[in-house]
Amino acid sequence: MLRLRDIKAYYQTPGAVVKAVDGVTLDVGENEILGIAGESGCGKSTLLKVLYGSLEPPLKIVAGKVEAELKNEGGKLVTLGPREIRKHWWRFISYIPQGSMSFLNPVVRIEQQFLDAVARKQQFTNKREIHERISSYLKELQLSIEVLNAYPHQLSGGMRQRVLVALGTFLHPEIVLADEPTTALDVVTQKGVLLMLAQVRERMKNSLVIVSHDIGLHYQIAHRIAIMYNGKIVEVGPTERVFEMPLHPYTQMLIQSLPRVGDHKHRQGISGRPPSLIDPPAGCRFAARCPFVMDSCREEMPPLLEIEPDHFVACYLHREPIQPGKGVR
Amino acid sequence: MSDLLLEIRDVTKVFKRGGVLFGTQFLAVDHVNLSLDRQKPSVLSIVGESGSGKTTLAKIILKLHEPTSGNVLLEGKSIFGTHSNLDSLGYYRTVQPIFQNPFETFSMRKQVDSYLYDTALNLKIAKDRKEARDIITDALSSVGLEINAVAGKYANQFSGGELQRISIARGLIPRPKLIVADEPVSMIDASLRMNIVNIFLSLKKKYHVSFIYITHDLSTAYYVSDYVAIMYRGDVIEYGSSDRVLTNPMHPYTELLLNSVPAVGKKWDRHLKLPDVELKEYQNTACKFANRCPFVQPVCRQNKPPRVQIPGDREVLCFKPVDYALDRTTLSLERETTYRDDLKVNLPGPESLSADGGGPKS
Amino acid sequence: MVKLNARLKTGGVLLLLFVVVGVILPRFSPYDPRSWNAVPRNLPPSQAHWLGTTSVGQDTFWLLTFAVQNSLFVGVVVAFFATTIGVFAGLIGGFLGSAIDRGLTLLMDVFISVPSLPILILVASLLQGKTSLLTISLVLIIFNWPWSARQVRSIALSMRERDFINTARFSGSGTLSIVVREIFPYVLTWSLANFVNTVLVAIATESGLAVIGLSSVEQATLGTMIYWGLQYQALLAHRWWWIGTPVIAIILLFIALFLASTGFADFSAERRGRKRA
Repeated sequence: MLRLRDIKAYYQTPGAVVKAVDGVTLDVGENEILGIAGESGCGKSTLLKVLYGSLEPPLKIVAGKVEAELKNEGGKLVTLGPREIRKHWWRFISYIPQGSMSFLNPVVRIEQQFLDAVARKQQFTNKREIHERISSYLKELQLSIEVLNAYPHQLSGGMRQRVLVALGTFLHPEIVLADEPTTALDVVTQKGVLLMLAQVRERMKNSLVIVSHDIGLHYQIAHRIAIMYNGKIVEVGPTERVFEMPLHPYTQMLIQSLPRVGDHKHRQGISGRPPSLIDPPAGCRFAARCPFVMDSCREEMPPLLEIEPDHFVACYLHREPIQPGKGVR
Repeated sequence: MSDLLLEIRDVTKVFKRGGVLFGTQFLAVDHVNLSLDRQKPSVLSIVGESGSGKTTLAKIILKLHEPTSGNVLLEGKSIFGTHSNLDSLGYYRTVQPIFQNPFETFSMRKQVDSYLYDTALNLKIAKDRKEARDIITDALSSVGLEINAVAGKYANQFSGGELQRISIARGLIPRPKLIVADEPVSMIDASLRMNIVNIFLSLKKKYHVSFIYITHDLSTAYYVSDYVAIMYRGDVIEYGSSDRVLTNPMHPYTELLLNSVPAVGKKWDRHLKLPDVELKEYQNTACKFANRCPFVQPVCRQNKPPRVQIPGDREVLCFKPVDYALDRTTLSLERETTYRDDLKVNLPGPESLSADGGGPKS
Repeated sequence: MVKLNARLKTGGVLLLLFVVVGVILPRFSPYDPRSWNAVPRNLPPSQAHWLGTTSVGQDTFWLLTFAVQNSLFVGVVVAFFATTIGVFAGLIGGFLGSAIDRGLTLLMDVFISVPSLPILILVASLLQGKTSLLTISLVLIIFNWPWSARQVRSIALSMRERDFINTARFSGSGTLSIVVREIFPYVLTWSLANFVNTVLVAIATESGLAVIGLSSVEQATLGTMIYWGLQYQALLAHRWWWIGTPVIAIILLFIALFLASTGFADFSAERRGRKRA
């Protein structure tokens, strides 16, 4: 549906060039939940901006291709380059941002914000018709209609986030992008919002891309997970497989470091820090912190190889597929 | 001499919002009783969501808020009240804090080590700067840092993890008996968290320090603490050893929390439908959890639930704690990974603070 | 090499000029500014008298040097004391809170809401012509300290709850030490800006008073020069050198102070920005 081929997106500021996304190849498939996981400074938010077409200076795509294969109004498959994506994105892609309060207009009632969003996207002539549609949609999502009459500050954080989910999915976009949709929400509300998001997607059978630093979250609801480190994808594959058999040392150490209730095993964090995005090292970005580092790791960046069907990793520890797969995904 | 290191005695905190005429009251902490034993250093986690009162309670212990009623006693001496028996010096030498945001813990306009020297000299741990330097070197090495890497630098020259370590080192200087850590790793990347958490465990062992560990993360609470107190809207609704409370919860809220944690290795029960927060402000019922409780009875809305003491140093604030026989699948243990044995990680030595971070020392 | 921005450079140079004129040059003056008829009257600018002479027989140029000196003196003295008192009051009130804060805030509000000019006029009239620059300065100090106090107070208030203040407490630092070492550095930049502003305000007020004759008119200040010029109809008589000089001097001085203060604000913000890197 959405194909990213060796994308390089940099922030070009007068002081320095920040190579936030430095050669990312990734597919967003149909009817799936793709999780993009990574820690602060890995470039995942920038990657999302690339997907969304929100490329304002100093952010610029320096290299690579973005292609969208989407159904146009006639139902035919159309291939779009980045410029067309930007022109038509609102029909196909919607975005649920981080931080609900900064996105919703605090002095406008929720219903009006729905109307504003809709008016921007499509032409509905009849106000009553829109109201009906919104109300029935809210009912589908099991949100109380009272929400429409409220101002954002009257709703709890969890409710606001659900409203954003409703806003983002109302026009049935083909791809929904969610950027840390549950930060600052407590654990119970978080589960509710995420399940709601997953259920909505399940019903619409579209694609959802979630960016989050919390890999536990991805474990719970993503079908596929892509691990980002220092501007590059280091591992991508079906969630079950990646957690069962993490191939990249970073993934392994990350998963191993998480404590679990019921388990007293000693946990260890990763030592050191990721390299700078302004002046990244040649070779594998994780080399300085990797317990299995070899000479070849420092010389050249390992390519993303398919080690088993649909499970890719960029690491010299894995040079050959265990089972042959279909190719780059 | 009391055999309690810390005693939180019936502490209540009410915040008044708004003006004299139209103000409202907000009950942040509601008659909380908790204690820490003197003989054996232990870690008590106070777990709760935002609004639970855990941060306010921590601030009360740190004397940053005064309780509306009740008192806090350190080694038998009260820290509040006009005839408070514990003087400042004695207090600061017994209790030290770790704050949540490492970048706010130190002023950006002062050199970080100035705080270390201040602590050593003001609290009379060292006689002069030379002795202070030795003590500081020692404290820094306990957290894996070298003094030459810290001396003369400003806070913005360090990473969050490093600053948090420096903060711990500073707190260690007076060899306190109690460290109150307020969500110390919530602003630190997941892969780096356990480095800090493990420091707490090593300090408990090496220096016999007890900890009050405030967090909303149950998994970390399980890992680091001996005891856990679950807070909900000002009440401690469950308390006991972390092992037992978190693997065998008795309060529906604890159960709810455990089921909502996005843990790796245990999938959510998606059919567990539990009511979420209402549109308007919480409607006040006698049991504060009544509106969200799947086992709510009429009595819960009318009377305050009793504090049930369960043998084995455990308590629950509920009308029918033991009857909640939810179909509990045992929390699964860590899934056995299928990768090779040689992929085990060595314990790294003191972190070098060079730009590229350095790898673990072999 | 420290890079100064254009504003700061221009403002700095102008100020330096004024300092030279006001502080150094008066020592060389061959005339006493208070004596009249020392030179022939109403002469236009010439070799002997660079800015001409006044209607009461003073050399305009040398008179100017004393005028600048006295105006600067008033400005700096008022600014210094007003800012110092203001910073103290603001820090104490903001940081300590409770009754002390309430008392100080009341004082601040009183002096801010009461307009200073009528009071000054009242004081001047009561003293019936015996007003000295010192008296005026005193009154100006009393009316100007609240401005910086309020600003400093709000900074201190907002910083009270920050974690590093608590870190300092747990490091055994006392209240005074915290106020001076933790809070004051943040207040410093504001204080400097306040200082410069107060210089402006003080000079402007004194000049204003002088023009209506309520300042110490025997003393030479930029304002009194204008006053005497007006008294002797310098405008009507086209003796622009006498009345023009102080007016232009005031304008230039204000521009210089403004440029220097905003230039410095930009400069320190930049430095802090770079330090954060």
